[in-house]
Amino acid sequence: MTEDMSRYPLHLEGDDVPMVRFRNVTKRYGPLVVLNQLDLDVSTGEMVTIIGPSGSGKTTVLRMLMTLETIDSGVIYVDGEPLTHMERNGQLLPASSKHIRRIRSKIGMCFQHFNLFPHMTALGNCMEGLVQVLGLSRREAEERSMELLDMVGLAEKRDEHPSRLSGGQQQRVAIARALAMRPKVMLFDEVTSALDPEVISEVTNVIRRLVGAHDLTMLMVTHQMGFAKEISDRVCFFFNGAVEEQGTPTKLFENPERERTQQFLNAVLDAN
Amino acid sequence: MIEWRWHLVWELAPRFVDAAGKTLLAAGGGYSIAVVLGLVLVLAQRTRFHPLTFAVREFVELIRSTPLLLQVFFVFYVGPQFGLVLSPWTAGLIAIGLHYGAYLSEVYRGGIESVPAGQWEAAKALNLSVVRTYRRIVIPQALPPAISGMGNYLVGIFKDTPMLSVIGVTELMHTATAVGAESYRYLEPYTMVGAIFLAISLPAAYLISRFEKWVRRTLGMVK
Repeated sequence: MTEDMSRYPLHLEGDDVPMVRFRNVTKRYGPLVVLNQLDLDVSTGEMVTIIGPSGSGKTTVLRMLMTLETIDSGVIYVDGEPLTHMERNGQLLPASSKHIRRIRSKIGMCFQHFNLFPHMTALGNCMEGLVQVLGLSRREAEERSMELLDMVGLAEKRDEHPSRLSGGQQQRVAIARALAMRPKVMLFDEVTSALDPEVISEVTNVIRRLVGAHDLTMLMVTHQMGFAKEISDRVCFFFNGAVEEQGTPTKLFENPERERTQQFLNAVLDAN
Repeated sequence: MIEWRWHLVWELAPRFVDAAGKTLLAAGGGYSIAVVLGLVLVLAQRTRFHPLTFAVREFVELIRSTPLLLQVFFVFYVGPQFGLVLSPWTAGLIAIGLHYGAYLSEVYRGGIESVPAGQWEAAKALNLSVVRTYRRIVIPQALPPAISGMGNYLVGIFKDTPMLSVIGVTELMHTATAVGAESYRYLEPYTMVGAIFLAISLPAAYLISRFEKWVRRTLGMVK
């Protein structure tokens, strides 16, 4: 890769530094371009929802931010600092794993298939990162974990293994586990897609409460247009690896400007 | 008609008990080496240092594609020509440890690969280090599916210990052959060897399957 990195700032400074900034980010899988020179800012405390057809790159945005995928060009900044790169002698170089770990600690993620650790209880899942990564004592970790399990309404399930929890319960534990690490940015990747319709609201209710109560920046990929419309500050419609259109939920859902957005929304609303 | 001589059985019993102990020691010692070596091999294969992964993969293939007997001879007889003079016991343990270590590394690999990618991703999202991810997340989950394979090779290594008789390790087979040479009686000693192997292998296989269930239950991985 011979990208000229000097056009990217080493840090973001000023009054209006976004919590997350994608600059010119491209991701390819072989010949397939998944994200094409993406520019996207998310402000502190903002709830941004990404919608779009499958293959439009929306999940890839979250996975790159969580460093589950590398990027092919461009820079991602988190909280004013580069995530994918680091400063060395006044230049941006590819980030070391130590640098990535430091910045990554600001980000938490919930997955479509929950990905709870099956050999640990609900409480054990929540405590794992606190004890093993943050170095909290077991007592502190248990206290903090119980607060969060209580918040998601599962305090009494603390000693159950994931195999004995419903999908909705597992996803709520996963949310508690991610929040326990006190991230600044939370990523929700289709967190209700694997759930039975009748338990979806268990999970959306928890996310709803986060929007109200926390100064948390959130990025969410979802197929639930009603939920997106209700809780987002901004909705981005992705198409072919780029933001085709974005705006407030009211504007995007009720007055989409672009033809592709209209087509997508019509198709999705027809399906419902 | 050949007659079965019980008095010979009783007479030989102490020697066979002693030899059975040595067989178990050889199997246990070789297996201990194999369990640790297999882990080292599989972890080495999973690093991103390509010369190492290549060397380890080729080594595992080499071991798996050649007979154990040859490896035993190699360590014991060829070793000294390179200045590596080993007692039959040490040479034997090293040979079966290497041999079964290569096989166990494949069992571990299967176990590790059975852990879904989402588990690695969740560990990364929690910012767990690679070492902690292995120790806390991956290995505990890779263990239950690996136990039956590990158990098969434990029984396998036990049944392969007679190979060590050829370099003079006085395990069961060696003892039976020695008895035959002394007394010209082969029926009783070899039958006793068979009976002892059977008496140990069968319960071992049963205990391993019980152990696997116990591990799954302890890790909370049953519905």
